[in-house]
Amino acid sequence: MKTKDALFEFLLRLADDRLVLGHRTSEWCGHGPILEEDIALANLALDHIGQANNLLEYAAEVENEGRDADDLAYFRNTREFRNIKMVELPIGDFGFTIVRELLFSAFNLHYLDRLKQTSDKQLAGLASKAYSETQYHLRHSKQWTLRLGDGTDESHRRIQSSLNELWPYTGELFDEDEIEEHLVFELNIPNKEPVRSGWNQTINEVLEEAGLERPADDQYMQSGGRTGFHTEHLGSMLAEMQQLPRAYPDAEW
Amino acid sequence: MSEEEHSTNDQWPLWEVFTQKKRGAPHQHAGSVHAPDPEMALQNARDVYARRSEAVNIWVVPSSEITASNPSDKESFFDPADDKIYRHPQFYEVPRAAKKRTSSGS
Repeated sequence: MKTKDALFEFLLRLADDRLVLGHRTSEWCGHGPILEEDIALANLALDHIGQANNLLEYAAEVENEGRDADDLAYFRNTREFRNIKMVELPIGDFGFTIVRELLFSAFNLHYLDRLKQTSDKQLAGLASKAYSETQYHLRHSKQWTLRLGDGTDESHRRIQSSLNELWPYTGELFDEDEIEEHLVFELNIPNKEPVRSGWNQTINEVLEEAGLERPADDQYMQSGGRTGFHTEHLGSMLAEMQQLPRAYPDAEW
Repeated sequence: MSEEEHSTNDQWPLWEVFTQKKRGAPHQHAGSVHAPDPEMALQNARDVYARRSEAVNIWVVPSSEITASNPSDKESFFDPADDKIYRHPQFYEVPRAAKKRTSSGS
């Protein structure tokens, strides 16, 4: 395996997680529960899309086939997307959006912190910038998880059910294959095992404080997103996200 | 929030937001946010007033804790200062000797 090909694939994984979650989060724009939270969610969405943009620019540079970040974002089909399934699920209610952000940002807190050590200087720089944004994402989702978990009976019931629904999608965060193993060896990207223990600790602390029950880990865990096998939801999301540049390829905005 | 307030207003309490643009600079009033508690008020203030890195520090204060002067008191509160120019340092002549010393930069 050529390191260049593995790196391109790896950058798409990082970028697509953020691009898809960013687009999902942007669906809250104008629909937030209160004005302040509407703005907060739009900020989150922009952070994710900004990180995706930087990663896709770098991916295009590594691929060196004349494609740019926009080509990668808007002219790849569902099967070519490399995001985990968790991020493509519909936004659900506010609690669902918050729990997803919590699970994803807690992973990134530990993953990006280690990705800063990669020998690929450009990737290390991107990881470092994304890390400080992630700290805020975790803070935001944690504060809301505490309040919804420890709030009213209804908020507790609904956020617990979102957590149960999302849990089978958390396994994919920690999947490793030969591409990542190759890059662990060649570019010193993080191993997933220490990330998992960090994530467990962060999540357990938040769930305990929020009075939420951690779902069972020995249940069936979803996977397939990394190889392009997605849920039924990604296709319709991409149709909306990609419609404009596909209908008007020369459009500028 | 008291029961009475709650029945007429289903909004969260209001907080005044003060942002500091750089270290050492004074905190200035930026606006207000609604939030259920101090931590969320801080978080909302960050998202509404400091998301484009306009601030290095934020204060939030419950709006109900602020005591303000009444606009109708304007005359009795502020006008008296206008006709007492001796309250301003510019009223006083600086003695020539002092002036000289200042201008020579010692």
